[in-house]
Amino acid sequence: MSPTNTQDPEYYHKVVDCQYACPAHTPVPEYIRLIAAGKYTEAYMINWESNVFPGVLGRTCDRPCEPACRRGRVEKEPVAICRLKRVAADNKDDISHLLPTIPTEKNGKRIALIGGGPASLTVARDLAPLGYIIDLYDNHKKGGGMMRSQIPAFRLPVEVLDQEVNYVLDMGINTHFDTYVTSLKDVLDKGYDAVFVGTGAPKGRDLDLPGRQEGSANIYIGIEWLASVAFDHTHKIGKKVIVLGGGNTAMDCCRTSRRLGGEEVKVIVRSPFSEMKASPWEKEDAIHEDIPIMDNHVPKSYVVEDGRLKGMMFEKVIAVVTDGKRNLVPTGEPLVFVEADDVIIAVGQENRFEWIERDLGLEFNKWDMPILDEQTFQSTRSNVFFGGDAALGPKNVITAVAQGHQAAISIDLFCQGEDVKKRPAPFTNLVNTKMGIHEWAYDNDVTNDIRYIVPQADKKLTLTNLKKEVELGFDPHTAFAEAQRCLNCDVQTVFTEKNCIECDACMDVCPTSCITFTINEEEEADLRSNLLVPATDWTQDILVSAPLKTGRVMVKDEDVCLHCGLCAERCPTAAWDMQQYLYNSPKASQLSFV
Amino acid sequence: MSYIKPKFAHPRLPQNELGFTKKYYEGALSTLCAGCGHDSISASIVDACFELNIEPHKVAKISGIGCSSKTPAYYLSNSHGFNSVHGRMPSVATGANLGNRSLKYLGVSGDGDTASIGMGQFVHAIRRNLNMTYIVMNNGCYGLTKGQDSATADHGSISKSGKENNFEGIDLCALSIQLGATFVAQSFSGDKKQLVPLIKAALSHEGFSFINVISPCVTFNNNVGSTKSYDYVREHSETVSKLDFVPSHEEIKVDYDHSKMKLVEMHDGSTIKLQKVSPEWDPEDKLSIMTALHNAHQSQEILTGLLYLDNESIELNTLLNTTETPLNQLHEKDLCPGNSVLEGICEGLR
Repeated sequence: MSPTNTQDPEYYHKVVDCQYACPAHTPVPEYIRLIAAGKYTEAYMINWESNVFPGVLGRTCDRPCEPACRRGRVEKEPVAICRLKRVAADNKDDISHLLPTIPTEKNGKRIALIGGGPASLTVARDLAPLGYIIDLYDNHKKGGGMMRSQIPAFRLPVEVLDQEVNYVLDMGINTHFDTYVTSLKDVLDKGYDAVFVGTGAPKGRDLDLPGRQEGSANIYIGIEWLASVAFDHTHKIGKKVIVLGGGNTAMDCCRTSRRLGGEEVKVIVRSPFSEMKASPWEKEDAIHEDIPIMDNHVPKSYVVEDGRLKGMMFEKVIAVVTDGKRNLVPTGEPLVFVEADDVIIAVGQENRFEWIERDLGLEFNKWDMPILDEQTFQSTRSNVFFGGDAALGPKNVITAVAQGHQAAISIDLFCQGEDVKKRPAPFTNLVNTKMGIHEWAYDNDVTNDIRYIVPQADKKLTLTNLKKEVELGFDPHTAFAEAQRCLNCDVQTVFTEKNCIECDACMDVCPTSCITFTINEEEEADLRSNLLVPATDWTQDILVSAPLKTGRVMVKDEDVCLHCGLCAERCPTAAWDMQQYLYNSPKASQLSFV
Repeated sequence: MSYIKPKFAHPRLPQNELGFTKKYYEGALSTLCAGCGHDSISASIVDACFELNIEPHKVAKISGIGCSSKTPAYYLSNSHGFNSVHGRMPSVATGANLGNRSLKYLGVSGDGDTASIGMGQFVHAIRRNLNMTYIVMNNGCYGLTKGQDSATADHGSISKSGKENNFEGIDLCALSIQLGATFVAQSFSGDKKQLVPLIKAALSHEGFSFINVISPCVTFNNNVGSTKSYDYVREHSETVSKLDFVPSHEEIKVDYDHSKMKLVEMHDGSTIKLQKVSPEWDPEDKLSIMTALHNAHQSQEILTGLLYLDNESIELNTLLNTTETPLNQLHEKDLCPGNSVLEGICEGLR
């Protein structure tokens, strides 16, 4: 194999598993170290620059970083990255003086943002410091979009959301709340230089079964119902509630029901428990609040007696895999009746684009989704861009933010008359961390602590108060201990061939047997199988050196490297060095808080 | 800031037949200089014991004084150990061996500990064919006292301070063969592919097994002009024989050329596949190997591999007909068999 090109900014980026997995590529280990050092404001600003809503995401993020965390490959559980982020948000000082200054003299370009959710707010955050004049339209009375209407206050306090939404809106954004945009043409006619569509996926899917019409007074669409609770229109629900669906919306619906008078709340889902879309921790939280989850039950009908909903009938099924395809096959048992005063349907959500005229040069595909360039988020009408759930279908907040950043870059390039395909390069920096003998600029000692649990408020309190936040967050001491579990994967093991004398010291000392000096092979598969412990995980790269003096090569499997620095400690010639790699994905305005 | 070996291991680390991973054979983190050849020898000992499926509690690791003699702390932390007086490792090993012949004895020593202060002890352990493996970590200098030339430094070798050595170096391998060692090998710390099978064969050999391992001192003897530097050894080493170790239960499948390859069955049932590189050298012919060593010395080459093997020798305990039971397991009844036995002995001597 030819030597690995570590000059490619993505090589070391990929080693930082959490950052690589994060759609917004937040430099996770960097802010975790700052949290350990008690520098919460600095940690917050790194997050804010990258993901715009650290306080929101520190409570509600889908956490793609955590399954990717290397710690989960060497022991049981990953670092509690998400909840550490919350620690930074909760303990930060006033940050107003750190926010970018907004030019009073504008650059003359006008942008319309349709929808006030995370994607639009990200675009606003990225473009306002550059002098753009920004108009934001939203049908609700406050900004935040789905973060406000769908995430219950017991998971995300309103004050936290308000603060982070206002950091953006206070950048001189012209807000048009309580304004439902019914025509894209009307917006375009106002002469904007570019329009960004961040309208989410606001339509909850219905479940049309026998009895749907008759029982409609007590049957609700999940996301509509949650919004109605969030905006104080709905205050109670029946004692017996069925929530249909297995996603995070279903979890929010059932837990909200428990707080509005629901005593016997059940989640009933078609698929097996293990296949439910909801995040494992959200399922746990629901179960903790005495909500049983009945899996393998397919809803068949709503039972309505005397014009009043009585419950629902379900067919029991079993998951059978035939020809690699999973099918739900009826068990043949009699239908099951489950009593209910109210039913909430949370079986998915869809986009809604009937307000976009089809003669504007903006093309849609066969699923009625706008045709977009997936890198630039530009539609087939060059001055209209998309982002968030409205772009490529429902995902999550962090994905919406990441797409917002990309769209902002495109809008900026477009408005400046540049080619939107000319994407800016990421900012990267690689710095030596050697401080002295056995001393590095990071804490290289690998702690054996297992993951700390985030404390929760007493159930008696939380179930009686809709707004009482359930999770209490880590206290600073636990946060420090949890932060110490981070393996500092951004501190890279950098190898310099010409210094190596092939003494094998690194190979001998490596606690996780990552390093092998061996004969090179033509095929990567052969080289991988020749290592001390064969590198079977192909999602993890191997670092291959140029040929050494004896003709062998050094091969390092990145998979379970602890970044403990012992290879560099035991290297007599500093052929190994621990160097901190900073990767900042590009944004329209280069704000750097690192 | 820390210098602690993390507890985590590779989750897919292979296990040997006893269900142990290599981690179980490791020791504490080395405190020798970074890049010391001794660390590679420690790692090779770990590899050999892991691959031989040795139960760590059946090994006694013994050493003297010096950098090399610190190494037992860095391997086999679950084995017995004795860090003895300077140069007295062979005596302690002899005593332990006579007291309990059921253990495997692994002595490590350095060039100072063996060729200077301990020479008197070393030669007698060989002469008695003590059943042990004796590894010399030979760096040609006194690393612990800042790198003065040792007794194994070659004539003409230049020290780090630029001084040429005017004394003849002691060839420990030639000496061992001369004195009747029954397994003599020479290797290089930077060549684990050769060293690990040699240690495995040595541990399986019944009798005195000697391995002289050239192990560069990175701090004081890795300079240009040194004959024990990484670069010099790599350039000047000449392999006498290639050795493959085949555990007792494994079938030997490969076809081999009888003129070049020989299978030698060891006392524990394992086999070594010995491949001669040149017809002039025969590891079972003492004379040929003494000549080879002499010639190599003339041409400034370092012969590596298994140099000499006498598989028919009788080790010390067998020769003395000592008890198979370790002394610490003998009871008073065995040790003091009573008056009638004593009278019988006395009667036999009248």
